[in-house]
Amino acid sequence: MNQHLKTPALKPSRRLFLGGTAAGIAGLSLGFSIPVADAEAAEQAPEVNAWIVIKPDDSVIIRIARSEMGQGSLTGLAQLAAEELECDWSKVSTEFPTPGQNFARKRVWGNFSTGGSRGIRDSQEYVRQGGAAARMMLVQAAANRWNVPVSECKAANSVITHTPTGRTLTFGAVAEEAAKVTPPTSIVLKDPKDWTLIGKGVKRLDTLDKLTGKLIYGIDITLPGMLVAAVRDCPVQGGTLKSFDATKVADMRGVKKVVPVGKTGVAVIADTYWNAKTALEALPMDWDFGPNAKVSSASIHAELAGGLDASDAFVGVKTGDASGAIAGAAKTIEAVYSFPFQHHATMEPMNATALVTADKCEVWCPTQNGEAALQAAADASGLPLSACDVHKTILGGGFGRRGFSDYVGQAVTIAKQMPGVPVKLIWSREEDMAHGRYHPITQAKFKAGLDKDGNLVGMHMRISGQSIRASFTPGKPPEIDMGVFQGLNGAGAEGKFTYAIPNLLIDHAMRNTHLLPGYWRGVNLNQNAVYVESFMDELAHASGQDPLAFRRKMLTGKSRAVLDAVAERANYGKPPKGRFHGIAQIMGFGSYVAACAEVSVSPAGKLTIHKIVAATDCGYAVNPAQIERQIAGSFVYGLSAMIYGGLTIKDGAVVESNFDTYNVIRIDEMPEVECIVMPSGGFWGGVGEPTIAVAAPAVLNAIYNATGKRVRDLPLMNTSLKSA
Amino acid sequence: MIKFRVNGVDREVDVDPATPLLWVLRDSLHLTGTKFGCGIGQCGACTVHIDGEATRSCQMTAADLAGKSVTTIEGLADRGQLNKVQVAWLEGDVPQCGYCQSGMIMAVSALLKSNPKPSDEDIDATLTNICRCGTYNQIRAAIHAAANA
Ligand code: FES
Ligand code: FES
Repeated sequence: MNQHLKTPALKPSRRLFLGGTAAGIAGLSLGFSIPVADAEAAEQAPEVNAWIVIKPDDSVIIRIARSEMGQGSLTGLAQLAAEELECDWSKVSTEFPTPGQNFARKRVWGNFSTGGSRGIRDSQEYVRQGGAAARMMLVQAAANRWNVPVSECKAANSVITHTPTGRTLTFGAVAEEAAKVTPPTSIVLKDPKDWTLIGKGVKRLDTLDKLTGKLIYGIDITLPGMLVAAVRDCPVQGGTLKSFDATKVADMRGVKKVVPVGKTGVAVIADTYWNAKTALEALPMDWDFGPNAKVSSASIHAELAGGLDASDAFVGVKTGDASGAIAGAAKTIEAVYSFPFQHHATMEPMNATALVTADKCEVWCPTQNGEAALQAAADASGLPLSACDVHKTILGGGFGRRGFSDYVGQAVTIAKQMPGVPVKLIWSREEDMAHGRYHPITQAKFKAGLDKDGNLVGMHMRISGQSIRASFTPGKPPEIDMGVFQGLNGAGAEGKFTYAIPNLLIDHAMRNTHLLPGYWRGVNLNQNAVYVESFMDELAHASGQDPLAFRRKMLTGKSRAVLDAVAERANYGKPPKGRFHGIAQIMGFGSYVAACAEVSVSPAGKLTIHKIVAATDCGYAVNPAQIERQIAGSFVYGLSAMIYGGLTIKDGAVVESNFDTYNVIRIDEMPEVECIVMPSGGFWGGVGEPTIAVAAPAVLNAIYNATGKRVRDLPLMNTSLKSA
Repeated sequence: MIKFRVNGVDREVDVDPATPLLWVLRDSLHLTGTKFGCGIGQCGACTVHIDGEATRSCQMTAADLAGKSVTTIEGLADRGQLNKVQVAWLEGDVPQCGYCQSGMIMAVSALLKSNPKPSDEDIDATLTNICRCGTYNQIRAAIHAAANA
């Protein structure tokens, strides 16, 4: 037990949470670097400004406000700042300022929230300005030293040169003086055509420690004297814990205390996780499952189905007269689809470590929203924000789940009952599955009319189901949730409906369930893409048209360009023998995306996804190599959910409890993925999410071409693809 | 007291004999590079080598450990020199969140010992670890790179 005591771990904001090791020492021979020493030195080195710290040895630390959960924006954001700073990229490392520091410094780092594929596109401007301002201050400091006009000096690769005389100074030599220079009031950013680092597929900055076991995730936090807690919350949302009998486990090995967690849960605090979990399993608990104890998948399905023809729908999109056009059409087509609850199942289960005293609350946790976690810590501890802080770790996956702070509040509630003792709360996978913020459940009904030439003249799409927004105001659902219409003309540039249809009506009958929905990588774009892109195929087939040609008639500009790009690269329409193509396109998170899937289905019904060609026009591509990884990775996430990922509700609770019942794609099912990153410039679209939405419909459309079976209900595993 | 070797060092731990090796490593020995993902032998995040063989440490109890030799991700590099699998992972920029990668690297380094040039089919059949970030194609390429290193 001594090992961790030797580590002076109580300054972890610097010590543990270095975003990455310096790129320069990620060489092969050195093996283990010394990020801890780097970080402590950084504490002494003055910052040039809030974003940039430069040490006398010229190493550069770029501060990253957004969370890193695997999506790579830590590296992308550093590229943005470094581009303007004109520093030597091999000398760059990163660190996370804490939400408490942000609060104390009047949000100098802006928003910490990391979701909605916004990490780069929403902060790119001020992060680049931060780098540019620091460069200007460094150059000014050098000019002052030389007593020459600043216009005669230039910065490149961490060196400032006085052009007329050729004299040079490194950034490290003038950093201290630069910090005292008055920050510039007007900053001109580089023209994108002059970028040298932005747009380059450089390697991630945070890799080495992920290969040696050295990286400290939230679940790995170790503090002196720390205890570990295991929790059980009521498996039915809306239920409560009537009682528990702590005396039955008080004498079990390692148990320190059994504490209530609000009105709905109980935690065992012990010396180790295993002892805490073992005692929790032995703890007698008496639940009141509450008003939702009878809810089942069937009852939810029936409730949503009722919304498909109900009159209480919010109109999200309306052009022309859809019902009139459909009534007068030469051919009408109808179809009903459904999309289930899905779970995030981040690789690292939920966890948080808290240390609460009478006047201070500190939290160490993986979070996508540091400021919300800080608020949750303040709420649960009863202390003011200024007395709380949150130290963010790198996340073992987020996918939207860690934008919620429920587990942070729980950890603080538990630790508060052990004042002065750090307590690490770890959820079992079973607890994690039972208490998600699930992908919302919906159904959709289409009616459409084609004229005699096969043109789509009118379409009505009725969505029935959950609103994520409604979950934030329990009992008082909003009038309308435009987020439901993501990709269908939802909220502004987040997802325009790309097809030109003269008469279009899209409306939403809100049907909320007691299971709370949340943001799940791709959010509402996912089901909307499955619905619209499957139905577009149905329309094409019903009127004897090729699905690509049918779509192209209604598309223009960037949407058509990405679809054409995948069709061309995939050799659309000419798949290898025994294989079949399917296509899809949509716009979301500010980007235009398309995919062409190539599948085969054996007579026994076994699906093989051989290959997916994907294209994205995200405006500017900061790091194409990482974008390709995001696309391929998101396909695994999206296709796992499409094939296996539906949650069953029984007696108000989620039935699936671990990866044995909630299966996901492994390497043997992984398709080849080919990416076309085609940034057309002039706008900033998201990357982590949008492409996920086209994988499932492209595969489903390919399955139809292979089998003649139109899969309208997910997950796919519930449908047999066996040939009749 | 249960005695076994970890990364070449003799260790003794005083734990409930039913404690899985995973939690002995993480909580008693503070070797947190071995990750908890499911606790039921499904995900492989907890993979270590026991007497050279890839094993899911959540499925092995402390009682089964006596006299065995365990290698964890922390012990894979040799005196600071990365193992060739780690090198291939670094070169291939494989990890996203990285949480599954300790287990992946341990599983793959054991695979390459028994099968130095695995085919894609061999990889599919052996590597059943889960990566929720979906780094599988980078992993496959890195395995071939390590095999050819
Ligand atoms: S934690 Fe051991 S296999 Fe998942
Ligand atoms: S890299 Fe995140 S789970 Fe594999």
